[in-house]
Amino acid sequence: MRERVVTLGSLLAVGAALAALPFALSDYNLGLAAQVGIFFVAVLGLNILTGYTGQISIGHGAFMAIGGYTTAILSRDHHTNLLLTMVAAFALCFLLGLLVGLPALRLSGVYLALATFAFAVSVPQLPLKWSRFLGGRDGVQTSQTVSHPWLYGVAWTASALLFLLAWLVLRGRVGRAFRAVRDSEIAAVASGIELPVYKTLAFGISAAYAGVAGSLFVLATNGYAQPSEFGVALSLQLLVGAAVAGLGSLWGTLAGAAFVGLLPNVSSSVPVIGSEHGQDVVFGAAVVLVMLLLPDGVAGALARLRRLA
Amino acid sequence: MTALERSSPPPGLPRRGAALGRVVPPVGVLLVAAAAGLLVGSLRSAVFAQLTVQGLALGAVYGSLALALVLVYRATGVINFAQGELAMATTYVAYQLIQWGLTYWQAFFATLAAAFVLGMVLEMALVRPVQHRSTIAAVIVTVGLFVLTDGVVTWIWGGAFKYMPSPFGTAIYHVGGVAIARLYLGMLAVVLVSVLLVWALFQFTKLGLGMRAAALRPAEAALVGVRVDWMLAIGWGLAAVLGAVAGLMAEPSQYVLEPTLMQPILVYAFAAAVLGGLESPAGAVVGGLALGVSLNLIVQYVPEVTSELQLPFAFAVLLAVLLLKPAGLFGRSAARRV
Repeated sequence: MRERVVTLGSLLAVGAALAALPFALSDYNLGLAAQVGIFFVAVLGLNILTGYTGQISIGHGAFMAIGGYTTAILSRDHHTNLLLTMVAAFALCFLLGLLVGLPALRLSGVYLALATFAFAVSVPQLPLKWSRFLGGRDGVQTSQTVSHPWLYGVAWTASALLFLLAWLVLRGRVGRAFRAVRDSEIAAVASGIELPVYKTLAFGISAAYAGVAGSLFVLATNGYAQPSEFGVALSLQLLVGAAVAGLGSLWGTLAGAAFVGLLPNVSSSVPVIGSEHGQDVVFGAAVVLVMLLLPDGVAGALARLRRLA
Repeated sequence: MTALERSSPPPGLPRRGAALGRVVPPVGVLLVAAAAGLLVGSLRSAVFAQLTVQGLALGAVYGSLALALVLVYRATGVINFAQGELAMATTYVAYQLIQWGLTYWQAFFATLAAAFVLGMVLEMALVRPVQHRSTIAAVIVTVGLFVLTDGVVTWIWGGAFKYMPSPFGTAIYHVGGVAIARLYLGMLAVVLVSVLLVWALFQFTKLGLGMRAAALRPAEAALVGVRVDWMLAIGWGLAAVLGAVAGLMAEPSQYVLEPTLMQPILVYAFAAAVLGGLESPAGAVVGGLALGVSLNLIVQYVPEVTSELQLPFAFAVLLAVLLLKPAGLFGRSAARRV
């Protein structure tokens, strides 16, 4: 009972803080806060796959690319309402995620890491090949652009809705099945869990989340969907975000999203190496340090603190 | 690779090191047929021959990096996603040494020594703490190293193109109407000699024996007095040396040095390593050569596959191998105990 009050309290606190932020922040900082919201969606989705189901993916930047291009192309060709394009990105990436999940059924551990990494590298090559439809190196631009407050509002509303969805999915039967698959595939099968169904489902859901994040990501870069924006670095960032977040904690996911969303910007003001080029040094060093010092991510560290208290 | 699997492989399995001796007949037949096909094609068409030589040279680079990945994987059960970036960083070290006045080959060997130390230090400082934790933790540490290395290089040298002197000059040999650049022969020779030296080290020296023992059965190796920790670190050092060779030989084939030099090559190396079976050193080299040649020929002869599709093609190869024959050409299929 006490736990539930704490959970509800922290949810309300986060919600109130997010609602208050637009009045406190400058336009530029609001853009950064929106960026965190975008990564929150993607990290949340990846957490369902990696954290709950135990399937590693270094390929979720590719799903973000697919989601982003969906938004850009629908907007360019049909002037579709941007919110609708996000729904379309969610649906399309869900289906593609199921498809990618099928071969992933046969892979695990390092092999899955390798395959998804190659997937992440391959997808941004496709716009270069089919440049008429996908815009080549210059990319595709949406027919309308959005302001920072709009982006902030939409990103965090989407975050809230998808957080709720994740909670609904993970609290019951499906979530238990996911965790069983992660802890031991053999035991899960022995308990009557249909491995193919739940593994592909986890892939689909997390890909759909990445798709929505990709839509928002494109809108955040003035509506440009470009291959260079969706390079392998993005996929690596998402995985890092999920690792920093740790498992099943709102605070952890917020921390993971803030880590990958803010650190590259904040670190450019670090002395000596703080420059455009130095930010990767800080980011990479932070990633390595976090993994060495917080093996279970922020969520694990919080849980340990709670036990101590 | 679980600890259980490592400490007690099913009895009767042949030694893992003797990869070439265990080639099952169909794979051997396939390789001979492929070699024969390449030879026939080369005799009939000069363009084909040139593409084949170039493909072999590039493939040797992929194979060298793939071998580095395999060494690391066998020694520590970790896939080093930063292997390509480390190779790129060591190539920048060579560039700097040449700027300071060393000749190309002085810089080459100095760089290999630096790479060896770097690899050992990284293993001891970063990989050892996470090695036994989980696949995900180890992958993320190497991913962090990827970003960190990239950052350090662009911080020190900037992102602009750098130019290094060509190690082999611009000479072109004409063999029966086929023009072959000395560059490609040189690349092929350097990589193959490096690979053979590493193989000989593993096969014929006491150090190599210790490293094989440490990788295969760490607990038993420690019992008979092998310094397992040192062996694993040396394994990483050797992998970094092979990576440095790959980077130094990739640079002249790209003509410029830039921080993204090794990123596509890393994907090809992954595909090559998986094609060879991920645990097989010989497989990695053969896989690299096969991939290099087939990429080069396919882009030329299949009009739909343009150069933009080379990376997706490598991905397709990787996926196809994993789905159809997960043990690769030279690997043994994993027996898992429950």
